[in-house]
Parts: sequence; structure tokens; C-alpha cells
Amino acid sequence: MTEHVSLTVNGIGREVDVEPRRLLVQLLREELDLTGTHVGCDTSQCGACTVTMDGRAVKSCTVLAVQADGANVTTIEGVAKAGAMHPLQSAFWEKHGLQCGFCTPGMIMAAMDLLDRVSDPSDEEIRHAIEGNICRCTGYHNIVLAIREAARTLRTGETASAGGVS
Amino acid sequence: MIPAAFAYHRPQSLGDALALLSEHGAAAKLLAGGHSLLPLLRLRVASTERIVDIGRLGELKGVRPGADGSLEIGGLTTYSELLAGATMPWVKEAVEGIGDVQVRNRGTVGGAIAHADPASDLPAIALALGGEIVLQSSSGTRTVPVDEFFLGPFETAIRSDEILTSIRFPAQPEGATGAYRRIDQPASGYSLVGVAAVAAMADGRVGHLRVGVTGVGEAAYRARGVESAMGGSDGGTEAVAAAAEHAVDGMEVNSDIHADAAYRSAMARVITIRALEAALGR
Repeated sequence: MTEHVSLTVNGIGREVDVEPRRLLVQLLREELDLTGTHVGCDTSQCGACTVTMDGRAVKSCTVLAVQADGANVTTIEGVAKAGAMHPLQSAFWEKHGLQCGFCTPGMIMAAMDLLDRVSDPSDEEIRHAIEGNICRCTGYHNIVLAIREAARTLRTGETASAGGVS
Repeated sequence: MIPAAFAYHRPQSLGDALALLSEHGAAAKLLAGGHSLLPLLRLRVASTERIVDIGRLGELKGVRPGADGSLEIGGLTTYSELLAGATMPWVKEAVEGIGDVQVRNRGTVGGAIAHADPASDLPAIALALGGEIVLQSSSGTRTVPVDEFFLGPFETAIRSDEILTSIRFPAQPEGATGAYRRIDQPASGYSLVGVAAVAAMADGRVGHLRVGVTGVGEAAYRARGVESAMGGSDGGTEAVAAAAEHAVDGMEVNSDIHADAAYRSAMARVITIRALEAALGR
């Protein structure tokens, strides 16, 4: 038995028939081929599967595809506009906010939710906002720098300067 | 993992949802935000024949302050919506510490209360505020005092044909202030011990005190021994320390790999002191 789900993913309307038990992350990765959204822990802990749903960050491994019926979902593939990286993507690059990159799509989508609500977050607010996202390479220092830098870019329109830990 | 297969219903009204529950009873599980149910289904710790998805019933959402200082919170209000609503600052501070932003965006107040995880934070907060849980079924509406609601681990006074539609907190006494303090298990974020306290002084004495404790027993409970030891005292540091000795009175204290019963009991006393001191403005 399947349910019909109609949703918008990265601005494109999608019509799919899914089993009720299908998770949103499976729909995105396996049916829509949007494999930038990662599955890390599969227990709602790590945040690698974070996408935004109607503008708010959610763990797509803990949302049924049927629950996303009618929703507007954005994945990491949808944040660059007209071939230009989003300021968060540029800042993660410039500030070396990643090593292996596995957690990065989720980090960026969680940061997207934060910067949508708070234009000039403190480091404490940034760390609180990425509490549900785990990086296992090294730590969060440059991730915080990158999100702070992206917030500045979004506020002022000036682009990021290079350099990580300093 | 992937949950075992289930049938799915998305009723368009509360009446339709209640009719489905009457029909299917315990064979159906309610899905609100899904942040308790879906992890259990996915780990296959729990399974269900059918899911009734009430997540879109807008009538069950919202934070509604009453003119008399009371507060009604719709069952489907998410933690994030609670934070954006007209809620007491100390409750907001506590809710900011629940889960993470993704969890708070989806998890609901009614879902957490109805799920009654023995380490969940909201039950302790609800016990400190007092009030009642509003339950609806096809045969009508009833209310259960929050003091009589939490019966055991994942066990509450809700019947299988009922939906928790809201939680009503009464106006708090004149000058009452509250606080929630906890220590958590760092990997899961669940509370090892959490203590919520609401206190009000009257003529230099503790005139009102309610203390809710979570993480310690098989269900969240009111620490009545602490309340009666503090009542009528001057609320000073010595009175707080003496009252906190009663934090686990009469309880069978949980023991697991994260904290044995002796450690949990000791921490319950420490966290009770912190919650009381904070509620008293120190």
C-alpha cells in the first residue's frame, strides 16, 4: 500500500507514491537522487541528514516522507543559486570548516535555520544551533568561524576572506 | 533501520482522529511530531499496525495565556513554537535545553507528555506548575490533574481511545518564580536528574512550593518531602539543604550504566538544591 505525496524539493514540485514507513531521507536519496543529504547515525543524533522543511531544520531520518506532503524542502543541493555558492558554502571553504565533509551538508542546513532567525549570532548561539550536528573529524572551532563569517557576509554583502584557525 | 510496515491515516479533523482511535484502539499509535515514536519504530523497539497522523490538526496547536494568568498549551505545539510563545522565561530556558534545534522544531509538548519517558524534562516542569491534562475521546472530554497523570515508565492516565489535546497550567501565586536544573547524559542528552521548582515567599516565609523531579524514578514525581520540609521555612541556604535531603523519599531510584542508584540519589539532592536556590532568586 502506498500513499501519494506531493512536495517541493529545492524549488521543484515532486509527485511520488511512497510506502507510509518510507523516511524522508530515503525519499530524497534513493528516489530523488539527492545524495548530498547524508545518513550518519540513523538514530536521530548526528544531524548529517538535516534539511530544511518549510524553512526550519529537521532531521530527515526522523520524518516520514508522508509527513512532508505539501512541504517545501531544501537540501544542500538547493542552496547554491544560479551557479554561485551560498555564503555558508563559501565560508565553510574559506574558513576550512570541514575535513572529511560528511557532516557538512547537515551543518550548513542547521546553520541556514539559525541565520534565517538570527542575523548576527554570538558564538554561543552558533554552538547552540549546531548542538544536534556531530563532527567527528576534529571539532567545531572552524565551523563556528565559518557560520559567523557567513552571517557577516549575509549582513554586509562582503565576501569571505580566507583563513581558518588564527 | 527502517520501521516495519504500518497502515497510515491522516484524519482532517479531531473528530475524525477520535473516530479512528475508537475503531482501532490500542492497535493504532498517534503520530504528532514523531520524535519519540519514529526512533522507537525505526529501532524496532516498538511496532504498530497503524499510525494516525494528527500532526496537521491546527486546532491542537498554540500557546494561549488566560486573562487570569493561566496558560493553556495545545498538545501539538512544538518546542520551538513554545519558545516563540507567551511562556514563562524559566520554562523557555528549560525548553532551550531539550534535545537540539531539529528536535525542538518537530517534537511536541503533548507528544512528550503523553510519551512519558521517565527521563523527559517536561513532566517535571508540568508537575512544578501544577494544573491539568485535557484528554478527548469520542465520548467526551475529561481532565486529569498533572499530579495523577504519570503512572510509570511510558505509562500515563491516557486511555487508548483518547488524545491529549492540551495542558492547562493555573495562574501561579503572587511573586512565584521558577527554575529547572538538570544534569544530563552527554551522549543522549537525556536527563540523569532534572528538578523543576516553583516557589513564592509570603511574609518572609516559603508560602508556596512545588517540586517536580525527572530521571530518578520510574516516572516523574512531585518531591512532596522537599515541599513540606521547605514550607513555612525562611527559604535560607540551610533550609534548602535540609529539604533537599528528602529529594528521593519513598522512591525506588533508577540504576543503569550511566548512573547507579546511589549516585543518582546524591545528584537528585544536589540538583534539588540548585533548582530551589535558583527558584528563590539566588
